Amino acid sequence: MDILLWGVLPYVMMVVLVGGLIWRYKYDQFGWTTRSSQLYESRLLRIGSPVFHFGLLAVIAGHFFGLVIPMSWTQAVGMSQDFYHFNALFVGGIAGIGTLGGIILLIYRRRTTGPVFMATTRNDKMMYVVLTAAIVFGLWTTLASVFLGEEGHNYRATVSPWFRSLFIFQPDIAAMTNAPFAFHLHTLVGMLLFTIWPFTRLVHAFTAPLHYLFRPYIVYRSRDKGKVAGRAVAEPVRRGWSAVGTRDRDTRNR
Amino acid sequence: MRVMAQMGMVMNLDKCIGCHTCSVTCKQAWTNRAGTEYVWFNNVETRPGQGYPRRYEDQEKWQGGWSLNKRGKLVLKAGGRVSKMFGLFASPVQPELKDYYEPWTYDYKTLIDAPLGDDFPVARPKSLITGKDTKITWSANWDDDLGGSPEMGHLDPVIEKLRRESEDTIKLEFEKTFMFYLPRICEHCLNPSCMASCPSGAIYKRVEDGIVLVDQDKCRGWRQCITGCPYKKMYFNHKTGKAEKCTFCYPRIEVGLPTVCSETCVGRLRYLGLFLYDADAVTAAASVTDPQELYDAQMDVLLDPHDPAVIAAARAQGIQDDWIDAAQRSPVYALAKVYKVALPLHPEYRTMPMVWYVPPLSPVVDLLKEQGHDAEDYGNLFGAIDALRIPVEYLAELFTAGDAERVTAVLKKLAAMRSYMRGISMGNDPDDSIPAAVGMSGQDMYEMYRLMAIAKYEERYVIPQAHMEQAHDLEEMGCSLDFDGGPGMQDSPFGEASGKPTPVAVETFNALRDRQTSDTVAGEQSLRGRVNLLNWDGNGTPRGLFPDKRDAPRMSADSPAHREEP
Repeated sequence: MDILLWGVLPYVMMVVLVGGLIWRYKYDQFGWTTRSSQLYESRLLRIGSPVFHFGLLAVIAGHFFGLVIPMSWTQAVGMSQDFYHFNALFVGGIAGIGTLGGIILLIYRRRTTGPVFMATTRNDKMMYVVLTAAIVFGLWTTLASVFLGEEGHNYRATVSPWFRSLFIFQPDIAAMTNAPFAFHLHTLVGMLLFTIWPFTRLVHAFTAPLHYLFRPYIVYRSRDKGKVAGRAVAEPVRRGWSAVGTRDRDTRNR
Repeated sequence: MRVMAQMGMVMNLDKCIGCHTCSVTCKQAWTNRAGTEYVWFNNVETRPGQGYPRRYEDQEKWQGGWSLNKRGKLVLKAGGRVSKMFGLFASPVQPELKDYYEPWTYDYKTLIDAPLGDDFPVARPKSLITGKDTKITWSANWDDDLGGSPEMGHLDPVIEKLRRESEDTIKLEFEKTFMFYLPRICEHCLNPSCMASCPSGAIYKRVEDGIVLVDQDKCRGWRQCITGCPYKKMYFNHKTGKAEKCTFCYPRIEVGLPTVCSETCVGRLRYLGLFLYDADAVTAAASVTDPQELYDAQMDVLLDPHDPAVIAAARAQGIQDDWIDAAQRSPVYALAKVYKVALPLHPEYRTMPMVWYVPPLSPVVDLLKEQGHDAEDYGNLFGAIDALRIPVEYLAELFTAGDAERVTAVLKKLAAMRSYMRGISMGNDPDDSIPAAVGMSGQDMYEMYRLMAIAKYEERYVIPQAHMEQAHDLEEMGCSLDFDGGPGMQDSPFGEASGKPTPVAVETFNALRDRQTSDTVAGEQSLRGRVNLLNWDGNGTPRGLFPDKRDAPRMSADSPAHREEP
């Protein structure tokens, strides 16, 4: 059972996430959007959405710090366990509560604003349940591990080594098994979230427009002279379809 | 010098009677879909008036277009790249549906289905957004024909600005009001601020003809373009979550046909043709300090298609000879740069708009006529143009960033043309002192008259066809062939809004083929249950076109029996 949960499932999740993203990018770019509802309602969105998203960015940074950076490294630079916990509580707690507050406000808005609720698909509702569960359980683990103080669980000795071991394809199942139930739950819900990710509106996160900072303001789409004749050849065309002006039909140069 | 071709439009406002045919045909062609109910790629505004969306010209509020920073560099008024990234999660300046209007329909079915009773059945207005009963409070054209001017006139941002700047107030009592219509489409700017605002880089200008389009696959719905466009001609499709805009009817332009709005214009006031411009000079031209000099700067960017140096440079850029020839015969170039009677809309936004307007002389003519003067006499007209400060200044705020002299010069040309041609048609000798008074020769004036008053179809629309060798680069060809899943179009698991969009030509082609080859109702499959009256040939009864028969048992829409009803 443990092998299935902590040895197999993470890889299944990764395959579905990566495969799903590639599939969706290839076949459903038109559906790849934030599906904004700001047109219907702006007042609550302008509070809830930034709080949620910026909170989430901090939460992601916190996960990186806790999971990827080994405990030995932070100790090597002289960071005590207490200081680390204080940080985790302070930054992680605020970020977590912000994220939770943000999503609660957004869900409230979605439920109470008529047009916004009508634009909510079943897919969205399921996604909201999983996303909120992941945030709630995550916040629970953070608060629990801090308020229990010394008795609290040091996830950097269990969850984090397991997480890192996944990437070298030698999952440290024993370490993860030793983590308490709350962490198991948060991890499982998290994996569920990433599994459904490519198939929900969450995909918009993967096209965060960072290139905007660098691209020129005015975009021209230029025709590539070398491609003109060869385009139909370069791009696979559906069987049975031949393009206008492709070699077999093009009589201009004969 | 980098010569590029640009499709442009000129609208002669004197001829606009405000019939909204352009808006309606455009809507039928492009925005009669779910998610675009509130969208009018073409709309006609009564000026003075608030426009659509309401008060869109108030850039202090809406933050559209460009401005110059302290160092004189061109920046987006809504903020630079970094600040835009911080505003990504909830766009800070964003018109809501109430700034446009809440689209509605009427519950016509009640009129037919209501049981016999004492009261007449009423078709209640229903919101197209929520489907519930709604109260109509505003629409895209609520203050048409100065409806409610004394109450609402002061809400016009241009009137507001003029009042702020002048001591005397602009009277809006009905008798003293002047009025004209302003049809608006996307400006297909040379320096588009929507494009510059797009975080995804989905908006692009076509190298071939300068038409500005949104790549529906690349758009992620960040909505920054809507803030960026000062004309508010970017729209958010709330069903697909993507931005949409006027396409300049590119599928028609590519085969040499005028846009739908031009083709159906009752007043024949629209002109279509090519400009050649220097793409390298655009940014500098948009950055001149004095907004009133932007018009001249824009003029300098437009190149003379008869100049041998320009022709050589155009050829070097791969512009074909038939396009150069079309640019030489271009009516829009003639009206904008040769006769200088067409002016850009709000040049102070610094986007270099490419839809131009001939300002209306008719308010002046009407006034003279009412006062019992000879409204065709150029002396009277010249005097009136000088005396009537308010219409001229109002027009100047729209078309020349407030430079009243420039508008006066255009109106005088129009007045002189009127007077000169009346003399000729009365059988008098041409009075060449009239054109001379506005710095033109009699021959030029006659040619301008031909273009503006006779306005033959082939002179109004000079549209070179897209070259076949370019065809792969143009949207229709490109996407109709590598369209996944083919024209059959299965529904995607994410709903109708997902998957690749059906190219216009594919849908039309399929519907046409269905209609010609099938014995049953055409387009049922390819239109996915939607009713398109254009594809209904009177053969059968498409689902949803007629109400259920009262005596027939109610059947679910999906039941096969219902569909095969003869």
